[in-house]
Amino acid sequence: MNAKQIDQQQLLKDEKDPLTHTPVHLLSLENVGKHYGNIVALTDVTMAVDNGRVTCVLGDNGAGKSTLIKIIAGLHQHDEGVLHIMGEERKFTSPRDALDVGIATVYQDLAVVPLMPIWRNFFLGSELTSGFGPFKSLDVQQMKDITKKELADMGIDLRDVEQPIGQLSGGERQCVAIARAVYFGAKVLILDEPTAALGVKQSGVVLRYILQARDRGLGVIFITHNPHHAFPVGDRFLLLKRGKSIGYYDKKDITLDELTAQMAGGAELAELAHELEQLGGHGDIVKEVQAEVAGTASAGTPTQRA
Amino acid sequence: MTMTPTMTKPAVADERVAKRNPLQKLLGRPEVGALVGAIVLFVFFASVSQTFIQPNAFATVLYGSSTIGIMAVGVSLLMIGGEFDLSTGVAVISSALTASMFSWYFSMNVWVGVILALVVSVGIGYINGWILMKTKLPSFIVTLATFLMLTGLNLGLTRMIGGGVSSPSISDMDGYASARAIFSSSVSIAGVDVNNTVFIWIALVAVASWVLLRTKVGNWIFAVGGDANAARAVGVPVKATKIGLFMAVGFCGWILGMHNLFAFDAVQSGEGVGNEFLYIIAAVIGGCLLTGGYGSAVGGAIGAFIFGMANKGIVYAEWNPDWFKFFLGLMLLLATIVNLIVKRRADSSKG
Repeated sequence: MNAKQIDQQQLLKDEKDPLTHTPVHLLSLENVGKHYGNIVALTDVTMAVDNGRVTCVLGDNGAGKSTLIKIIAGLHQHDEGVLHIMGEERKFTSPRDALDVGIATVYQDLAVVPLMPIWRNFFLGSELTSGFGPFKSLDVQQMKDITKKELADMGIDLRDVEQPIGQLSGGERQCVAIARAVYFGAKVLILDEPTAALGVKQSGVVLRYILQARDRGLGVIFITHNPHHAFPVGDRFLLLKRGKSIGYYDKKDITLDELTAQMAGGAELAELAHELEQLGGHGDIVKEVQAEVAGTASAGTPTQRA
Repeated sequence: MTMTPTMTKPAVADERVAKRNPLQKLLGRPEVGALVGAIVLFVFFASVSQTFIQPNAFATVLYGSSTIGIMAVGVSLLMIGGEFDLSTGVAVISSALTASMFSWYFSMNVWVGVILALVVSVGIGYINGWILMKTKLPSFIVTLATFLMLTGLNLGLTRMIGGGVSSPSISDMDGYASARAIFSSSVSIAGVDVNNTVFIWIALVAVASWVLLRTKVGNWIFAVGGDANAARAVGVPVKATKIGLFMAVGFCGWILGMHNLFAFDAVQSGEGVGNEFLYIIAAVIGGCLLTGGYGSAVGGAIGAFIFGMANKGIVYAEWNPDWFKFFLGLMLLLATIVNLIVKRRADSSKG
């Protein structure tokens, strides 16, 4: 790989926040690690999130992506390293802590309650009320109106905000979850594999919302295992493998081909080709694998989704 | 809070939406199955028995319904919140015993015992909820244990303190008359005596419906029952909500316990076993999903009303009451099947 890795130490010292021009990141991780009993889920991960930037976290299943976001979202606590929010060291004890500093997470399973109406899901945990003291009641009409408007702004033509959210399609539910996070003034938006379960067209729609969120100045963390989804929208790419960082690149330093090759385990494929060559007698297969090594990145190659 | 839209789609009429008429909307409500059942049952008993529709008989049906319905309010909310409680039947008796034994033993005003019983009832709810949240065991196991322990405590403590199987009569003590006036007396409406419990029941259903549909806490109850992890992830205090629900059940148990005490002035310590299922049945018939996240307080009330009608209706129709349990079982089965269909429909286009 000839792509230039971001020097992790340099990154945290010298880089400035693009909007505020201060050396403080919106959110940064330094050598963060996490283990569950004797299982090491994550070691030595360093990354930064800034306003108006999309940081992509790429990795295959079991690479530690979920653990990483659970630490940032307050579902788990890290055992090693430090987590800085606006320059201040933090360790979240609950998702509420993370929400309070403006970190909103859109989970793979979306954190929506399928049987509840869309508007109730939209405002769940942050309901609008009117009235005083013990007689505070929900401001139902306003919540319905806001839900409808926010979703319309996102380009979702909703049928009825009163219908159970479980009746929406995967992409629509994803968009409701993103719209919810944006509306509630998230500074950092974590998206956990938002495109994993979606078709091509719906994925495109979700990627557009990621860019919209970025343009509104949010710091976006986009978790995915699909470099074809990550590359067009990402500004920085953190590659994880078996709980470790195997690369951290700025967009200007890496191409989609290189990113894909790293993701698809280009090194392993090359090794396989080499081994087959040595064994001999597998000419066709060797050629095939070599072609694969060369072409892992070509846009036409279907990326496997597990 | 507002954001500037960077992309808007022109409003287009959506061809996928068929206009839902009010009837379809009504059919989507959780308690609709129970309502239809209640109407069918009412018409049925009204046609086989002349006495059933007379005001006095109807007041008796309402009274019978209210003794189940008061508890069914708490149990419905708890079930919507995704848990259930097997200790409710004996907890009612524990509450009544606490009030009577304490007042009797210390020769105090009955109201002191009544207040202490409230603390004990809500405390039992709190302990149930707290153990459940700490251990993450199924509520079936935790409340089954509470049920057995309370059954034993009711019998053991009553014998130890009072020396018998029932609490001593407290009818001649200070405060008895005023407490009885609140928890167990009748109001005459157009010549028909209606027990206070009916009004308490209706008030509880109204408050519970308001809480459930129009407050933050209600939203949280649906959420913790529908998907506790999702609720936690968006910042809903799951533990507090669930513990609070168990305490609300305790509160309902206190009201019913006080009614039992002041209706008869003494309580049998071995009573209450098996009643917990009646409350759960009322909630389920009323459309509350056993798995949580769906249901209504009104549904639980209709469930209790069905129970009351069937219970008294069989007597008014001069049938053998042996048939009552069969009837109840059949209602439960039908109601659960209707609920299942509703849930499947709500989940159908998921994924």
